[in-house]
Amino acid sequence: MHDLILAIMSKYNYWIYIVLLMIGLYAMMVKKNLVKKIIGMNILQTAIILFYISVSAKKDGTLPIIIHGPHAGHHPVRAADYINPLPHVLMLTAIVVAVATLGVALALAIKVYQQYGTLDEDEIHTRIRK
Amino acid sequence: MIWYIELVITILVIICGIAAITVRDLLGAAILFGAYSFMMCLLWAIMGAVDVAFTEASVGAGVSTVLFVAAVFRTSRRTKD
Amino acid sequence: MKIIGFIIVLLCGGLLAYATSDFPYWGDPASPASMHVSAYYIENAVADTSVPNIVTAVLADYRGYDTMFETAVIFSAAIACFFLLRIFTPESSQSKLYRHIPTGITLRIAPGGKLPEKSDTFERIDSSWVPHDLIIKTACRLFIPFIQIFGLYVIAHGHHSPGGGFQGGVILGASIILFAVSNDLRSTISRMGEKITAFLCSAGVFIYAGTGALCILLGANFLDYGALASLMGVDPVSARSHGILIVEIGVGITVMAVMVSLYYILSSGGQLDEGL
Repeated sequence: MHDLILAIMSKYNYWIYIVLLMIGLYAMMVKKNLVKKIIGMNILQTAIILFYISVSAKKDGTLPIIIHGPHAGHHPVRAADYINPLPHVLMLTAIVVAVATLGVALALAIKVYQQYGTLDEDEIHTRIRK
Repeated sequence: MIWYIELVITILVIICGIAAITVRDLLGAAILFGAYSFMMCLLWAIMGAVDVAFTEASVGAGVSTVLFVAAVFRTSRRTKD
Repeated sequence: MKIIGFIIVLLCGGLLAYATSDFPYWGDPASPASMHVSAYYIENAVADTSVPNIVTAVLADYRGYDTMFETAVIFSAAIACFFLLRIFTPESSQSKLYRHIPTGITLRIAPGGKLPEKSDTFERIDSSWVPHDLIIKTACRLFIPFIQIFGLYVIAHGHHSPGGGFQGGVILGASIILFAVSNDLRSTISRMGEKITAFLCSAGVFIYAGTGALCILLGANFLDYGALASLMGVDPVSARSHGILIVEIGVGITVMAVMVSLYYILSSGGQLDEGL
């Protein structure tokens, strides 16, 4: 029992990301309004980015910028002093792709509104059938 | 990794996320989504990812919120659920 | 529908929570993500490229191919929005609103009518105009030059502090969006037109791919900036640092133009006559 509590408490970054992922997925599936679905899609994307960033953290590691300047000595760089920079690079690309997808999704929502006059999913289904 | 700051910001993130999809006014949902982006940016800055936090602060809490408000302005503001 | 959604969400959440039993602890220095390649990047970034910010070095030099395609993705998002929404209506078939400044009367001129000439007594307004805009206009006019200087600073200092091409480009685009929100959309378009914005979108991608092609012409691989050393007259390590700066400028130009173009198209519903 004690090591179950220890296992839960030392991995709590995964619990945060699971909760946010499920909130985003629920919003995309259940909500009827198109703009609410788009908000759910963005919450899902930022939850995934949070997962990768939390994987890259290291105990007692500092920011991934090599210390330079007048007081830094010229000793060799050790990899255990700095946190892992590779997931940061991948997630920069992911954020830019997320905003591009958001722009196209909102353009589609405006076009649907101009065509059918509503943003509610059930209303659009009935108006398509007419 | 100071654990009490992280705990407070995590609770705020989850509250903003649930509120952004529950509120019935679409303009309020867009502003709450901007607040959610800001809280996520703080969380990543605490975890040490300063480049990613900078990008999310400028993109998510800046341009993304403006695009949402522009889209809500061109369509309707009320929603049924 | 809601109950089915709730059950599916609980099932997926439970499955993911069961999978976390295999994951490493948070902050573990020996986790598999930090073992293999990133140790090489941390230890050799300054020796290979003389750029202290490891994230910028990996983004623009070691993984430069991904960044080029990401720039292409955001460029194609701007093109997609343009094709979805843009409508070209001729000027003569819209009804316009004019306001007579000395008396405050608003005129609405139907399509085909005679418009007042450009003079000081008549100004054209949007359909959502409010009369109390002097404070917002003045305050934003004071802010915008400083925001642009900060954006240029962020692009130029990507080597030594958090920043780089994307962040600086978004800040520059946000300054133009601020001008469009505080004044109206038509004065923004008269200053930064639609054609110039589209040209800048593609110019940034062209700078990035052009640098890579220039490296091929000088004899090395695609996007291997060490080959630019013979063109610039410095050693290969500094040539890689300068190559990173050139591609970051290209990325910044594209991102700025894409943000402005997305705002123009989304806030006016495709017609580019009135905005927020």
